[in-house]
Amino acid sequence: MNPITYLRPGSVDEATRLRADFEEAKYLSGGHTLLPSMKQGLARPSHLIDLTAIPGLRGIAVEAGDAALTIGAATRHVEVASSADVLRVVPALAGLAGSIGDRQVRNRGTIGGSVANNDPSADYPAGLLGLGATVVTNQREIPADEYFVGLFDTALEPGEVIVRVRLPVPLAAGYAKFRSAASRYSVVGVFVVRTPQGVRVAVTGAGEGGVFRATALEAALSANFSAEALAGLSIDSGALLRDMNATPEYRANLIMVMARHAVNNMGRVSMYK
Amino acid sequence: MTIVSMRVNGVEVSREVPDNILLAYFLREELGMTGTHVGCDTSQCGCCVVHVDGVSLKSCTTLAAQVNGCSVSTIEGLANEGVLHPIQKAFAAMHALQCGFCTPGMMMSAVDLITGHGRPLTEEDVREGMEGNLCRCTGYHNIVKAIITASHEMHAGAGDAQAA
Repeated sequence: MNPITYLRPGSVDEATRLRADFEEAKYLSGGHTLLPSMKQGLARPSHLIDLTAIPGLRGIAVEAGDAALTIGAATRHVEVASSADVLRVVPALAGLAGSIGDRQVRNRGTIGGSVANNDPSADYPAGLLGLGATVVTNQREIPADEYFVGLFDTALEPGEVIVRVRLPVPLAAGYAKFRSAASRYSVVGVFVVRTPQGVRVAVTGAGEGGVFRATALEAALSANFSAEALAGLSIDSGALLRDMNATPEYRANLIMVMARHAVNNMGRVSMYK
Repeated sequence: MTIVSMRVNGVEVSREVPDNILLAYFLREELGMTGTHVGCDTSQCGCCVVHVDGVSLKSCTTLAAQVNGCSVSTIEGLANEGVLHPIQKAFAAMHALQCGFCTPGMMMSAVDLITGHGRPLTEEDVREGMEGNLCRCTGYHNIVKAIITASHEMHAGAGDAQAA
């Protein structure tokens, strides 16, 4: 790992000032993607600005009338997975958080870190895009539909800090994932959400450009919310990932299989490996 | 360089170290506590698991500076004045180690899993809860048995209360 200077600001303003001072600085949250990337030489920041000591970036709240869930950016996966509030209003999101990595990874990794990194195989992007979440930064509010731009790419400007995410509470949600037994990352994950406005289906692990919405599946499920409504539909493999885990064609099929499992198991996470 | 202070197995320590030193290497190379092992160095194998403020984490993926001021427990702190911890006794009794390299991390993860559970563990609990620890001797069956056994000793009475 390259030499670094470790900084621990006590406020978002101090963090952004430090980030502006050092061109090659990076923000650090749980560090469970960034530190492994640094070990491999894929990232070589000069400074690490640890955001986790900043008051107010951690915690979970439910808005009045259960309209929405707000999760602080530095909230760890274990806290979301075990939160009585999350389990009550969006149990599939608690299940998603509890399906990430392993216990020790969940004890460190944070929702803000995952969303800022936007790994194409990460779980939270599917949850946020499926639920139609809003990413709240120190500067603005970004709808999930505009936030996830591409592979490891987001709408965040350099130096912009995610403060929290706001997730509208749906009628129901379900998440089905097929994960790599070795890396524990999703090969395909499908997050299905029923809202009063219709059904949203977000797919992670599969897209060349990262997480995406399966609009044909959304239309079919909005008309008839059942696994049978998905019969005869297929996913174009043209823009899907090819790696050691699966071919694009295999992923296309797996998306349909996981979509059916999610629809048949709303209110929970269904895991396959 | 930065000064990192922490309480390790109840003892206050402080060292001036490079900012990029990982907790695993702080323990092994600065403190000479080589019970915490580094296996894969990619957060997969769990040989480096220690507890920070009572929570298990992978010390090869945590900077020492990130846990400045925290309380750290390692495998060296499990036994109490020569009396083995229930997880150590169970591993010995059930032959839950072969080469032994993964054992410190297995035990630290297991203790966190058991204490966080509130009642004796089932095989399913253990196999799911220990996903972050790999044994390259593939000695999993006896490791699972040992953890279940230790969970009964550590939660003595809780299982009976549940059944009643």
